[in-house]
Amino acid sequence: MKWSLIVKTAIRDSRKDRSKLLLFMSSIILGIAALVAINSFNDNLVRDIDTQSKSLLGADLTVEGNKPIPNSLIASLDSLSSNNSTEVELFSMSYLPSKSESQFVRIKALTGDFPYYGNLVTQPISAASSYKKGKNALVDDGMMLQYGLEVGDSIKLGQTVFLIHGRLMNAFGSIDAGASFAPSVYISGDEMASTELIQPGSLVNYKNYYKVDSDVDLNEWKKERKKQFRTESMRLTTIEDQRENLKEAFSNLNSFLNIVALISLLLACIGVASSVLIYVKTKVQSIAILRCLGMKGEEAFMVYFLQIFALGFLSVVLGVAIGSIMQLILPVVLKGFLPYEVNMTMSSSAIIKGLVMGVLSTTLFALGPLISVRKITPLKTLRINDDPLEADPLRWLVYGLIALSITGFLYSLTGSILEAGIFSLGILVAFLVLYGVAKCVVWSVRRFFPSNASFVLRQGLSNLYRPNNQTQTLVVSIGLGTGILTLLFILQGLILGNVEGMGAGNQPNMIVFGIEADQKDEIEAITNSFNMPVIQNVPVVTMELAAWQGKSKKEWLQDSTRTASRRVINREARVSYQSTMSPDEKLLSGNFTGVYNGEDSIMISLAESYAEDLDVSLHDELVWNVQGTLIKTYVGSIREINFRKMESRFFILFPSGVLEEAPQFRILVTKSPTKQVTADFRNTVVKSMPSASVIDLGSILVTLNDILTKVSYVIKFMAGFSILIGLIVLISSLFLSKYQRIRESVLLRTLGAVQNKIYRINAVEYAALGILSASTGIVLALSGSYLLATFVFELDFNINWLPILGIFVFIVGLTVFIGLWNSRDVVKRSPLEVLRNV
Amino acid sequence: MILEASEVFKTYQGVNKKLTVLDNINFHVERGEILAIVGPSGSGKTTLLGLCAGLDNPSSGILKLDNESISAMSENEKAEIRNKKVGFIFQNFQLLPTLSALENVMIPLELQGRSKGARAKAIALLERVGLGDRLNHYPSQLSGGEQQRVSLARAFSNDPEILFADEPTGNLDEETGEIVEHLLFELNKEKQTTLIIVTHDLELANKTDRIIRLKGGKIVSDQSIKSEARS
Repeated sequence: MKWSLIVKTAIRDSRKDRSKLLLFMSSIILGIAALVAINSFNDNLVRDIDTQSKSLLGADLTVEGNKPIPNSLIASLDSLSSNNSTEVELFSMSYLPSKSESQFVRIKALTGDFPYYGNLVTQPISAASSYKKGKNALVDDGMMLQYGLEVGDSIKLGQTVFLIHGRLMNAFGSIDAGASFAPSVYISGDEMASTELIQPGSLVNYKNYYKVDSDVDLNEWKKERKKQFRTESMRLTTIEDQRENLKEAFSNLNSFLNIVALISLLLACIGVASSVLIYVKTKVQSIAILRCLGMKGEEAFMVYFLQIFALGFLSVVLGVAIGSIMQLILPVVLKGFLPYEVNMTMSSSAIIKGLVMGVLSTTLFALGPLISVRKITPLKTLRINDDPLEADPLRWLVYGLIALSITGFLYSLTGSILEAGIFSLGILVAFLVLYGVAKCVVWSVRRFFPSNASFVLRQGLSNLYRPNNQTQTLVVSIGLGTGILTLLFILQGLILGNVEGMGAGNQPNMIVFGIEADQKDEIEAITNSFNMPVIQNVPVVTMELAAWQGKSKKEWLQDSTRTASRRVINREARVSYQSTMSPDEKLLSGNFTGVYNGEDSIMISLAESYAEDLDVSLHDELVWNVQGTLIKTYVGSIREINFRKMESRFFILFPSGVLEEAPQFRILVTKSPTKQVTADFRNTVVKSMPSASVIDLGSILVTLNDILTKVSYVIKFMAGFSILIGLIVLISSLFLSKYQRIRESVLLRTLGAVQNKIYRINAVEYAALGILSASTGIVLALSGSYLLATFVFELDFNINWLPILGIFVFIVGLTVFIGLWNSRDVVKRSPLEVLRNV
Repeated sequence: MILEASEVFKTYQGVNKKLTVLDNINFHVERGEILAIVGPSGSGKTTLLGLCAGLDNPSSGILKLDNESISAMSENEKAEIRNKKVGFIFQNFQLLPTLSALENVMIPLELQGRSKGARAKAIALLERVGLGDRLNHYPSQLSGGEQQRVSLARAFSNDPEILFADEPTGNLDEETGEIVEHLLFELNKEKQTTLIIVTHDLELANKTDRIIRLKGGKIVSDQSIKSEARS
């Protein structure tokens, strides 16, 4: 190899084309920038987890369960530390007397000096500790703003009125995704009893916080006692666990963002490959001349490889630099998901990863079309033709290396070769489907060409399949971006639409729970006074599984061969009893027993999913602990439950005549005609039954919308990247094929076409391209969302077409605008000037 | 002898049948000879030129350039032969559009690894063809005649043993064509190069030593032209 000549020729040859090449490389700059920004951000996030996990947990150890810590465990905890705090957490209605409003809240009643690490941020600052003295409360800042509350106002929780002592600026240890649904209210643990909110069957979470001396090996301590705590259904969390949990959560977020970035990068790489192919085609004559003058195939290949490699490297470096700056935006985009403020610094590992991945992917994708340079025959100097470049068998090696590097990258994210393989295959299938659809559409345009259409339409459409077209590449890249964006809108609309649909017509839209047994008639009277129907008024009894299939719960938990899930075994069951089965439910097997005659065995009915989780079947024996009394039952029937209505559904149903005397509370389901009636009804219920809570569909919708908007914001941001890259590919392909277009445009003008006509031809082409890309993406999104809605989310597939139409018009408009903007130079050039230069 | 073709065939596989473009071609060319290959369109002239210059391989038969069988050579070996022993002039000039006139002429020398002195030689050649003031112009900044003169300078820059010219004046007007023609013969005489010209132009062909006529892929005549007849 004559290296000095190769380098010299590469430099000389690229002189006139550098700006063109740099433009197509801009997609790589963007792709790498996304990758570096995400990885760098993640590195900062993980680094900060190490420093912040202590203050996020607030203590060295927490013990948690849905009952107070049993005495059997207290001794070992007391020997560990005397410095501890307790927290009782429950969800309930609150009443705001000054505003005559009620709001569902998360009450946290604290005793002791918690938090031991970090601070509860309040306004005024002193309220963080002083609220514990007396009937004071700290109320979530968002809720205070929503209702226009001020420090000094009051809030009624159960039977007690508390003075709002301060604004709560951060909710400890939790990410605030559900804050708008149930904002936090902190009170002193000593005042919890006075609220009388803890009733049999109330959903209460008990948590104890411990500050432990640094010389105690907590992990060792936990290892020794983990089983003992688990048997008592209590969960232990150390700072180390908290760190691991956070790392796992963020590693999932990071993997998701990385996969989206990888897809953007792959789109960019496909853009590069396609642009290099066009570039090589424009260089065929030069290569043939060089070959004619004696340059070897490998040397000619090296000339162009060096050009692309140098520009690729430059682009990657630029991408890394931009990505390092871009990471500063990510905390803003991901704000709703971060429990703490992340300090952003440069991450050397993210930079190295971006450089390696960028150079590797650019080189490999460029190699695909570049290796055909070796096969360009010098004969092309004698016979100029547009024959396709000869395929090189080496390309299979290149494709293999591409697949290997993608799998390698995914392996570095997932840590599992199987998952990496499945992901790679998924990506390949997605691209193949899009490419196949694009190819099919182009074929159809050609096959069913509107031969009788106007000249402008025919010219514009034929541009889609002429030599050097970029139709497939653009359909894949713009189509994928559109697809992701549309899928997101469809799913968001479907989820909200389905929840909204729950309250349509005569369907219930409000649930009151926590009604005491003796308030059965009173709640019905209140409901009737609002002219609302009582759709359901059912009893609920809480109980725990004590034994089944001849083994006690403890024995089952210690059995390593058991198939039943620990979650189901430990769960406090909320059971109802009724004499008939709901018409919405379906009997799958056995006979439903509605009434217990007092003599035979007690036959209960289980939901199919519950029976599967517990791994029990018809006639199996189950023993229940109902507040201290053991009741032996048998599985008499298995039902399928429909959750699509806002009604109470029970996994476990007893027949009437067994549980009537057990401690219980009631649930009432009704239908409110208007928002105002809902608010008035809620206020009336909260005033007369402080322990009852009212949940209405409206507030669920608001919360759901809030969460979905947050999630979709992140995904939209990443989908925007794909579309942006698609548009850059469009701009660069237009730029690269500009001279071919100039020649055509000039010829048309020479033959008498006016400027306006050329613009219209171009507009038809870009509109067709935009329509193809957008509709391909939308069709794929519709298919994907149908599959997801039917098989994963089990939602009714009712599409709201308006946002989809909006996306379609936006993408087509943008493609036409960018296309025409880039063509204006082509159209305005003088024919004479161009004929001399082309 | 500089070039020898023995029983050369070139066939292409068509949709239904084999297409024979060159059918049993036999001839040889002596050093310093000036030869014209003429014939109607589609007679196989350009194909024959491509084979003789080592740009393509025959389907069968032997082609020897400077006593080396090029039909048996690998693509890289042929590239080396082209670089050292062959020069080209094309109807459509075939200059590298991204290189200046000077760089275009230097390229064959640089490919030989003769960077030293390449510049001076290229300048001298460009001055010889009357383009001393156009050294740094790009092909798009030159007229057709000027481009073909750069092509001439490039063809002679590596001191080839044999020069192939494919319709060298085909794209030029009569006056410019005559200037290029005159330069071609003059330079050829100076450098004592063997020259093979493929042309339609019988007037040009008559200025050579010998004319091979092709028709339907076969040599129909191989006629020497006496110098007195030429004059």
